[in-house]
Amino acid sequence: MSAHDTTEPTRRDFLYIATGMAGVVGAGAFAWPFIDQMRPDASTLAVSSIEVDVSAVQPGMSLTVKWRGKPVFIRNRTPQEIADSKNTQLSQLKDPIARNANLPSDAQATDADRAAAKDKENWLVMIGVCTHLGCIPLGQQGDFGGWFCPCHGSVYDTAGRIRSGPAPENLPVPPLTFTSDTVIKIG
Amino acid sequence: MSGGHSSYTPSTGIEKWIDARLPLPRLVYDSFVAYPVPRNLNYAYAFGGILAIMLVSQILTGVVLAMHYAADTGLAFNSVEKIMRDVNSGWLLRYLHSNGASMFFLAVYVHIFRGLYYGSYKAPRELLWILGVIILLLMMATAFMGYVLPWGQMSFWGATVITGFFTAFPIIGDPIQQLLLGGFAVDNPTLNRFFSLHYLLPFMIAGVVVLHVWALHVAGQTNPTGIEVKSKTDTVAFTPYATVKDAFGLVLFLILFAYFVFYLPNFMGHPDNYIQADSLKTPAHIVPEWYFLPFYAMLRAITFNIGPINSKLGGVLTMFGSIAILFVVPWLDTSKVRSAVYRPWYKLFFWLFIANAIMLGWLGSRPAEGLYTLFSQFGTAYYFGFFIVIMPLLGLIETPRRLPNSITEAVLAKTSGGQPAGVAAAPETRA
Repeated sequence: MSAHDTTEPTRRDFLYIATGMAGVVGAGAFAWPFIDQMRPDASTLAVSSIEVDVSAVQPGMSLTVKWRGKPVFIRNRTPQEIADSKNTQLSQLKDPIARNANLPSDAQATDADRAAAKDKENWLVMIGVCTHLGCIPLGQQGDFGGWFCPCHGSVYDTAGRIRSGPAPENLPVPPLTFTSDTVIKIG
Repeated sequence: MSGGHSSYTPSTGIEKWIDARLPLPRLVYDSFVAYPVPRNLNYAYAFGGILAIMLVSQILTGVVLAMHYAADTGLAFNSVEKIMRDVNSGWLLRYLHSNGASMFFLAVYVHIFRGLYYGSYKAPRELLWILGVIILLLMMATAFMGYVLPWGQMSFWGATVITGFFTAFPIIGDPIQQLLLGGFAVDNPTLNRFFSLHYLLPFMIAGVVVLHVWALHVAGQTNPTGIEVKSKTDTVAFTPYATVKDAFGLVLFLILFAYFVFYLPNFMGHPDNYIQADSLKTPAHIVPEWYFLPFYAMLRAITFNIGPINSKLGGVLTMFGSIAILFVVPWLDTSKVRSAVYRPWYKLFFWLFIANAIMLGWLGSRPAEGLYTLFSQFGTAYYFGFFIVIMPLLGLIETPRRLPNSITEAVLAKTSGGQPAGVAAAPETRA
């Protein structure tokens, strides 16, 4: 805009640039609340934890509970399922990371690190949302006796680990603790 | 807009008064009455007008439906059923709106294929084409969000799957999805914002349509020969010639539309969407509306990792890429000849492209397993190969047929070549 032939910047040049910068900052500040309002609101974010009584869940039975708007699968696995899972080598897995929120992020996807607790390897607790595009997998179906997602054909094994299909990751294990032998606190 | 001199002459005092202050009648006259169009336009060129009417129809029925709809997860499903059962003429308005979306896409695909066949995207109409692709993207966003509003099972799970696309991107993916949903899963905030945007986007489409028509009227329409207009004998006036031809095409199109509305209103829908959304139960087969099926097939075709890109991100990039590639079509086509009429090889590959698109659509409706996946992969390869390999290469190696010297010559050669004489007696001689 400043069409002077001199190479020396003028006060007018400074004012142009300063005004332009103020305009950019102002536009950003103006836009921010419009973007900010789209984020999850306070009521959605409110840390919610739920306690689930699993005393009635016998081996081979499953329970689905809702946590943060998503289904959580709680399964009391049969000895056969646990054995199948333990016999699986890490090299056979598509995703070798445990994806367990209670363990370090680089924990291996062994059966022990997928189970709900060290001395409770029969319990498997995980968020029942396919890591592909968010459908709910169906229990005890598919080639590995675990879960099968009907949307795009992802197959998970008896420890909820992805074995075939388009999903990239194992079903995640949410933060959880056993508050007693039969009560699981999720979140 | 037409570039030439205005031939509008206000006759009455009122017309002169308005013309001196706001020459809107002049603009309309020059754009839609006196505007010269190539004399050889066929019915494939009627779809632009049909699309304009469909946009108006969707906005009209949509505004009225919004008066009866409640955007709340507890009320939405029942409010749609109320529209169907209790609201006077509600069933008709809703069926017009839902089938209208399908008809809108049917027309837009014919319109796009026509552009690809006759090379309408080539210079100097690149911006015209790009504006069209932007309209297509806006239409897709609008249709997707509209499909969520009835809050049926397909609404809910369609929204889950499609917003799930964004989780494919590393690091930024999850925050983007939460920003879109307003939560960790599809819920009330999602429904509310989708309703708001579904109401807004059609007006943005209308805005881009104005630019699209403006760009069209600067460069002028293409025509089946692909030869630019050279003299006055190459054109006829928009009104009555193009107006009447477009109107007749529109009537035929509306008959098809009405057939679906009155006889097969749910043919293009999905029965699962008459079940209220359940966040704990995924339907056995999640299938998008038919007009998204080819893109869905390409999403699912990528079942393998490509280097550092995993299969999920690969699928999502492929699907977005299938639309994005349309933006650069004007620069991918290296041919000096515009129309496929004079390009025997391009014509062949074009029709293969159409067949491939239909095949992908069919595959998108099938489960993702076995041979279906294999064919989807072949189809995806041809879709991209058509744009990236065939288009640039064919322009360099193909020998086109001899072009006529002008549109008039092409038309006269056709009418004298064994056709009943006098049928297309040159209209310009009577003008």
